[in-house]
Amino acid sequence: MSTLEVKDLTVRLPAGGDRAEAVSGVSFAVEKSEILCLVGESGSGKTVIAHSIMGLLPKTLALAGGEISLEGEELTKASEARRRALRGARMAMIFQEPMSALNPVMTCGAQIDEVLSCHTEMPPAERRARAASLLREVALPDPEHLLDAYPHQLSGGQRQRVGIAIALALEPALLIADEPTTALDVTTQAQILRLIVELQRRHGMAVLFVTHDFGVVADIAHRVAVLREGRLVEIGSKLDVLTRPSHEYTRGLIGAVPTLQPHGRPVPANAPVVLATRGLSKTYRARRWMGKTREVQAAADVTLEVRKGQTLGLVGESGSGKSTVARCIVRLVDPSAGEIHLGGADLARLRAGEMRPLRRRVQIVFQDPYRSLNPRRTVGEAIIEGPLNYGVPRHEALSRARRLMELVRMDAAALARYPHQFSGGQRQRICIARALALEPELLIADEAVSALDVSVQAQVLALLEDIRSRLDLAMLFITHDLRVAAQVCDQVAVMQAGRIVELGDAEEVFLRPRHEYTRALFAAAPGRGFNFAAQVN
Amino acid sequence: MKIFANWSVRIGGTVLLLLVLVAIAAPWLGTVDPTLFDAGSRDLRPGEAGEIATLDGDTVKHVFLMGSDSYGRDIYSRVVYGTRVSLIVGLAAALLALFFGVVCGLAAGYLRRLDGIVMRVMDGIMAIPAILIAIAVVALWRASLTSVVIAIAIPEIPRVTRLVRSLVLTIREEPYVEAAVSLGTPTLKIMFGHILPNTLAPLLVQSTYIFAFAILLEAILSFLGVGLPPDIPTWGNIMAEGRVQFVAYPHNVFFPGVFLAVTVLAVNILGDGLRDTLDPKMAKRV
Repeated sequence: MSTLEVKDLTVRLPAGGDRAEAVSGVSFAVEKSEILCLVGESGSGKTVIAHSIMGLLPKTLALAGGEISLEGEELTKASEARRRALRGARMAMIFQEPMSALNPVMTCGAQIDEVLSCHTEMPPAERRARAASLLREVALPDPEHLLDAYPHQLSGGQRQRVGIAIALALEPALLIADEPTTALDVTTQAQILRLIVELQRRHGMAVLFVTHDFGVVADIAHRVAVLREGRLVEIGSKLDVLTRPSHEYTRGLIGAVPTLQPHGRPVPANAPVVLATRGLSKTYRARRWMGKTREVQAAADVTLEVRKGQTLGLVGESGSGKSTVARCIVRLVDPSAGEIHLGGADLARLRAGEMRPLRRRVQIVFQDPYRSLNPRRTVGEAIIEGPLNYGVPRHEALSRARRLMELVRMDAAALARYPHQFSGGQRQRICIARALALEPELLIADEAVSALDVSVQAQVLALLEDIRSRLDLAMLFITHDLRVAAQVCDQVAVMQAGRIVELGDAEEVFLRPRHEYTRALFAAAPGRGFNFAAQVN
Repeated sequence: MKIFANWSVRIGGTVLLLLVLVAIAAPWLGTVDPTLFDAGSRDLRPGEAGEIATLDGDTVKHVFLMGSDSYGRDIYSRVVYGTRVSLIVGLAAALLALFFGVVCGLAAGYLRRLDGIVMRVMDGIMAIPAILIAIAVVALWRASLTSVVIAIAIPEIPRVTRLVRSLVLTIREEPYVEAAVSLGTPTLKIMFGHILPNTLAPLLVQSTYIFAFAILLEAILSFLGVGLPPDIPTWGNIMAEGRVQFVAYPHNVFFPGVFLAVTVLAVNILGDGLRDTLDPKMAKRV
């Protein structure tokens, strides 16, 4: 008997959605002591499946058909009381956001205790001991002390460990993990993945692991199920799916995963320097009303150069200061010290009024395509805004916009429409067109492909590469994703805690990393042993 | 439009539209001049027939649908004409409060240097009871439509300012605003072209509540005798006059009271409906 068996699961979407069903006729099983990875792009229905198993579907989504059985017990027909008894006890879930999955006003101990007191008859002292041993099991230091800590006192990785401890409290037969490492840094992600695999082995649990990341799949899965628009396109053992995908869609998806190998494009050494920073620093001061000021050094002594026609990658984990550097360069924040040389001027010293004429020389594309465009303005207005600010006549700006739409491979008719009518990838193309409308010398991409699905990400990366070479642009490419960096960067700067710890040609840094932190970063990259694109071709 | 699919919007909007029609068509709804009085028709019960003297000195027969007051004026005519005053005062006060509130809120939210000063002034205004401010303003100038509108609008300005400021504080962090900054867009254009349009939905909702409160406050001021001059028919004035004889002739207070309650209720229902459709985050879960 399988631990979990899902048969013909169908979940209806409310009327007016982009398709009739969120999940259509999906069947699979998870055996004891097995990790099944449910992979798919955003909107493929993977989270809906996880939530329907747990009985956590929102009221707007209706379970339209199919059977879900846990250890032989049919769940779809079970009473709410029975499901409640099973949740937590026989099946448990870990969520994506460690920041919001824990209740901020309850101590970690109280949140573990809640599960134990709801489902068992243990006396309080025994519950506390059990909670401490759970925290020890998920390798948290000083469990006795952590029991009384509030979630905000822990780091993201530690919170996720507490979340796992809560899920494990009653030794469930099935653990559902919904993108549990997506919000974490790569080194933390590696630790959490290792922990999940270890616990799964020790307890012989069945694990349903929902993810979009093929690197993660390569690291932990036993079997893989691939979803597309609510349908199961392929299910099989990890090696079969990753190396011999039978379905066209899977092949495309795996082929789109960038490799960790640097691209190896020849780089002319004597190209002129477009941007140079010298000792750029940004210190945030939080002044308390009474008491001493608290200082946070977001960027310290950052010295880098970007040359014409080349891409410098700024790589690091969250909080390493890479975005701060970008925001200093475009002067969205004022640097505390250092110089920013661009086109013969020191941008760091300029006042807001003096900065305005120079803004056109450096443009930025942000991470979140859904918030980068004003929802109340048409695409055309967004693109011509920059040129109009610099006195370009309207008809000329419009014809430039039409040319740019062609450049980013979109239809010029899109200019009259509003942002909400476009997908994330299309919006990112529009943002690139908007940045290019001012004909900048330097384009900064701040995690510009991080929010996109892997197939869309590949297209946008190819587009950026094409634009860089065609317009001979200098590009500062900020990313946390080493695979993406390997694809586009000519030089790489690795940042840690506000400082650049390693800077060099991409080839050098990727193949012969010198700094300890760079090495740790590479070692943590999920699925590093797997060269996806090469596997399918 | 999905707005009109909401039942609160439909009901509130329809009632409000009817009131607007009543206000516009007041002279053709079987009314007489609301200032006319006739000593012979004092304190008539609703539905009783009587006579009323016109300005030319003629006397016409008239049925007092809602009775008459102690001067012999037709309450029905006064209530219908009062609708005009109430709606105009409410709308004008809401627009005035909205205008100053938006300007102050944008300035405080986007130009951080002004934030401290503007918000402390607003805190100061909020610390004084609305009625007190209104009475002071009316006492300073003569009681007229303009001074009453200003008196009602002032206490509402801080509320709008606070709302707009908090919206601006979130919107200014949006990447599209930062993109506009790096595109070299001038500050004023960012404030009015990018930020303001994105505050409109919650602002529209808030303005309905101000509208309702302004109508109520106008009635309160008139009732207290510090609002519009007693010869102008407003619901508050009618009730103020009827107050003394309330036990004997309750219709003097009852009919304008019903109009006032229905209007305020309709505007509030409309506001709730708008909030549910325009601001899904605030909507109650279905």
